Amino acid sequence: MKRFFKSINIPELLRPLGQMVVFSLGTTVVLSVIVLVLSLILDRTVVGQTLTGRLNVSLYTYTLINLPQVAIDGLTIGFVYAAIALGYTMVYGVLEFINFAHSEIFAVGAFVGVEILIALDKFGILSGASLVMAYVYLILAIIGGMLVAGALAVSVERVAYRPLRHASRLVPLISAIGVSFLLQDVIRLVESLTTGQFNRIFPTFGNFDRRVILGKMAMGATNITLGVSIKSMIVILSAVLMLVALNYLVNATKIGKAIRAVAQDHPTASLMGIDVNRIISLTFLVGGMLGGAAGVLYALKFTRIDAFVGFFPGLKAFTAAVLGGIGNMTGALLGGIVLGMLETYAGSYMGVFTMGAAGTEYKDIFAFSILILVLIFRPQGLMGANVAQKA
Amino acid sequence: MTKRLMVVFSLLVFAGILISGPAAAADKIIKIATQSPLSGDNSAVGVDIKRGAEMALEQMSAPLVKMGFKVELAPFDDQANPDTGVANAKRIVSDPAILAVVGHYNSGVQIPSSEVYHTSALANVSPANTNPKVTTRGYLEVNRIVGRDDVQGVVGADFADSHKIKSVFVVHDKTAYGQGIAEFFKKRAEEKGMKVLGFEGTEEKANFDSLLSPIIAGNPDLVYFGGMYGQAAVLFKQAREKGYMGMYLSDDGFDSTDAVKIGGQTLLDGTGTFYSTVSGPATIYPGTAKFITDFKAKYNAAPQPFAAQGFDCMGICLKAIETAAKAGGNKLPTREAVAKAIRALKDYPGITGTFTFNSIGDPTVAKYFVIKVVSADPSKWNDNPVVKTLDIAPPK
Amino acid sequence: MIPVFLKDIIKRLEEGIYPYVIILAHMVSGTALVYTSPRSNLAFLVLITSFFTLYYFKTDRRFKLIVGVVLTLFIFPVVGVRNIFYLEVIFQISVFAALALGLNIVVGFAGLLDLGYVAFYAVGAYLWAFFGSQQYYVLHFAPGTQPSNLPFLLPGDAFYLFMFAAILIAALTGILLGTPVLRLRGDYLAIVTLGFGEVIRVLANNLDKPLNFTNGPQGITPIQRPTMPQSVVEGFNALFGRIVGHQVTPADMYNVMFYLLALAVIIVIAFVTRRLDDSKIGRAWTAIREDETAAIAMGIPLVRMKLAAFAVGASFAGVMGVLLAGSRTFISPESFSFMQSIGVLSMVILGGSGSIPGVILGAATVTILNLQVLQGLSLYLSQLRQSDAVIPIINFAWANLSTQLDPAKYQRLLFGLILILMMIFRPEGLIPSQRRKRELASDKDGDKE
Repeated sequence: MKRFFKSINIPELLRPLGQMVVFSLGTTVVLSVIVLVLSLILDRTVVGQTLTGRLNVSLYTYTLINLPQVAIDGLTIGFVYAAIALGYTMVYGVLEFINFAHSEIFAVGAFVGVEILIALDKFGILSGASLVMAYVYLILAIIGGMLVAGALAVSVERVAYRPLRHASRLVPLISAIGVSFLLQDVIRLVESLTTGQFNRIFPTFGNFDRRVILGKMAMGATNITLGVSIKSMIVILSAVLMLVALNYLVNATKIGKAIRAVAQDHPTASLMGIDVNRIISLTFLVGGMLGGAAGVLYALKFTRIDAFVGFFPGLKAFTAAVLGGIGNMTGALLGGIVLGMLETYAGSYMGVFTMGAAGTEYKDIFAFSILILVLIFRPQGLMGANVAQKA
Repeated sequence: MTKRLMVVFSLLVFAGILISGPAAAADKIIKIATQSPLSGDNSAVGVDIKRGAEMALEQMSAPLVKMGFKVELAPFDDQANPDTGVANAKRIVSDPAILAVVGHYNSGVQIPSSEVYHTSALANVSPANTNPKVTTRGYLEVNRIVGRDDVQGVVGADFADSHKIKSVFVVHDKTAYGQGIAEFFKKRAEEKGMKVLGFEGTEEKANFDSLLSPIIAGNPDLVYFGGMYGQAAVLFKQAREKGYMGMYLSDDGFDSTDAVKIGGQTLLDGTGTFYSTVSGPATIYPGTAKFITDFKAKYNAAPQPFAAQGFDCMGICLKAIETAAKAGGNKLPTREAVAKAIRALKDYPGITGTFTFNSIGDPTVAKYFVIKVVSADPSKWNDNPVVKTLDIAPPK
Repeated sequence: MIPVFLKDIIKRLEEGIYPYVIILAHMVSGTALVYTSPRSNLAFLVLITSFFTLYYFKTDRRFKLIVGVVLTLFIFPVVGVRNIFYLEVIFQISVFAALALGLNIVVGFAGLLDLGYVAFYAVGAYLWAFFGSQQYYVLHFAPGTQPSNLPFLLPGDAFYLFMFAAILIAALTGILLGTPVLRLRGDYLAIVTLGFGEVIRVLANNLDKPLNFTNGPQGITPIQRPTMPQSVVEGFNALFGRIVGHQVTPADMYNVMFYLLALAVIIVIAFVTRRLDDSKIGRAWTAIREDETAAIAMGIPLVRMKLAAFAVGASFAGVMGVLLAGSRTFISPESFSFMQSIGVLSMVILGGSGSIPGVILGAATVTILNLQVLQGLSLYLSQLRQSDAVIPIINFAWANLSTQLDPAKYQRLLFGLILILMMIFRPEGLIPSQRRKRELASDKDGDKE
């Protein structure tokens, strides 16, 4: 036991935690300052007057009072993106290949988790479950989703990517797009044949929907409460755990060393006695499992899933991975947080700042514009691509 | 050489597949087509429009069968895509056995497709297209059994007004349907002196956090959603979780047991959840209860919105074909005769209303209901009480 | 793989007078079949494949040209007027063939994977939709609330002008979108173009406020068409009226007209593509596709050449967009989804990227699969389900077959399968381009790790 603890590299375990705190705080501060400055500028103009006419508060007060909640919301979705982005970044780091089908692997994870819970619910197990058991069932669902999604990712690699490993870069990408489309319809086929349903809904149980109130602020005639729902906390906590575990796996274990070696150079790694194919399979397994877990968490947070649920989160997560520097795990974390925050800030304030001319409907465009800007001015991403693996 | 052979071979395979295509029609076959999205994002509703029509065909084709006709369903998948819809429409009109079309879920597909029906006098009865333009083009062939956006939005706003609502936040789903209703709701709400705190469209299906910030900050008396339950219920649930306690109001896209599966108790909290609909509950139309039972027995799933309308559209087509055939001496009626017969139907007793069409194909009087959600139990969805009933003629 | 005697037979068939006989026999039998059974899918397929027989057998060029002209200008329109579904299929094949040829320049020649190609199609479509409808007068109305008696901004005949304008506007859009992103490596570029495609669709869906440019999800309708002179309709009737068997209406003639326009665009694209391929630009594209670094070293202006590919590809999509708006008289954002981009991509991949006949074959195959085969099979299954038929050996009643298995519902599955299988088993496509063929052959010798 003692030896086990001794073998754990504590600094390596803690490093990502520190980074998370820095990134979250940093992004929050930067974005908050930007919107506050904007609100001060716009306050005197017709924009501020319109808002004052409607809600009886100045634009600045409105912005300020809503900020904490917006930051928390942004952080939550940011961690979801980060968890999915890890899957893209793992595979990219090792194979330099965009696993376009990762979004569907994520969706499969979500479906498996939700189906497990629905089955439990049918036997009446969920409704009578104690709080502890509720968490046990949730963890069970997450593990189920992880296993199936991991297995699927490995088989997809085996069937659709491995034969193309030496082809030019676009060939496996096109194949991956094909897999993505194929899987969407396969999910739908399986779901509609077995359940006859199109939507699957995360059953209500446990205390996940409860909201912990952190504070109250008066704004004009209304009270704005600041709070976090328990499920958001679960999402953040799980994402943090996943990141820490993955970071540890890659940077402080023997397997991780092999993964890094393969990422640097396939032939040399194989000369060093590493089974490259096995390591690649392993990478897909880990990436797929992370995707599957993220899928179940996504279903927990947003309740409803369908066969096409993976597409947009997948695209956003990919954007996050590129934003942070694809191939770089810390980068995926940073990218996820930044993207989630940006999107939420933009979506929350754009409507007010433009007097309703452009609102949340441009949220996705915002994400893509960020992607394009980053790629133009800093194609290696915020953290630089592959720093750890490719010196 | 092998490549050439391969191409020839693959073409032969296609040809082989195509041999199994539909055979030429005999004189006594009547086909009624359905067009709805059977694949893609909208397929949940699209498939059930088809199923509703299928059930109606099975249950109500007896009079035609007695006259010696064979009645068949020809289901088409428009993929919610105008191009596919138009191509299907051309295929449909090229089959002389097809005498009527039940169809389209998306107004965006119905409008260009019905241009094709119009050129060959083929009748189209729509179960779901609420866009005013569907009928205002004034085609003899195009009818619908649902209300129009410009009425349902108004019904919602009037209802809100009767509940002394002073401020509203309007959200829609950026589809022709949802946005259409929401625009008219907003217009009427402003006329009634309500303060519209925001008007936002969103294609988002899961994460409404950023949309909720202005809603929570504005704290309106009412949040109106124009669109389908899949988004509405998720939005409503997330708003409650953030502490919003006002009233929810939506349209007939909300009418699905899944709405309460998603929203659960949150729909009942605060001032509650209401939705306006053109399809009345079982207590008003006894046929509906039987329809739901039959549907569940046949397809092992609860009907989605517009399944009942699909059923009625098919019923109307069958009835009109029967009338036209009788008038023509039990011969196969022409398409034009069928289109005229549909327009001439008087008080067709359907399960979602009693239908007579006006000169442009709108139902003369459409019944609108406002229903309150009172139970978090999905199995009790159909017991939700009607709190208001309105009979409204379509606008001129 | 193929028995020797078959090889011999085929070889003999390719010589002397046989090709002429086969082509004519195929064409005539196809026409006859379609004429006698105007609603049969099979007959139509026999007719349309005669085009490929024509392509495959080596004959005198003049003979090919004449047969091609007879097929496209006389037989297809007449057959199509008899059954407008055929004409629609031919029209959609032409539209998608033109789109696929345009994308082929970007993907096949320059090797830039563009996943948002329909964005340019949308630009063209909305260009004519805005100027060719009443939308200009609707600018200040929320969607759906405008009065119905508004005037049109431009006469319908401006359509032709806008076909040319669309070339410019779409090319400009291509340059505008391309300039910032074309420095990116291939796989990044793919995702960014995907993003662009979505951005254009979202814009089309949302530019109904503050000013109502696109009418949002409601779409723009009615869009004008160019005038159809009565004399053309009468002329067609006089020439073909007896063969067609019914009086041809202006609506029919519009269908024919848009088909012919699409055909004209295809011919122009094919011509331009072929000329480009043999030009300095074409060689530069090939060099870029094969090895960017080497291309730069050879002094090829990388970004400018990539931009050229982007702009040329975009301009063709723009023209087709105008054509689509005119033929449909209705445009909404639903036509320009990511699905469509993938559909066009799968046509290019299936046929063979870089190969003109290949891409046309790909477009034809995918369109026919999508419109005729999948839908046809679904209809057939539904007929079986309504009959009392039983699958013999396992004694399974068709009526019990779940409707969830309708092939028409699995379009995505089809596209996915095409992409995966082609990439694994035949990345050069059904009809590989000559140059690509040579490259693949040399790849096999050189590229061993």
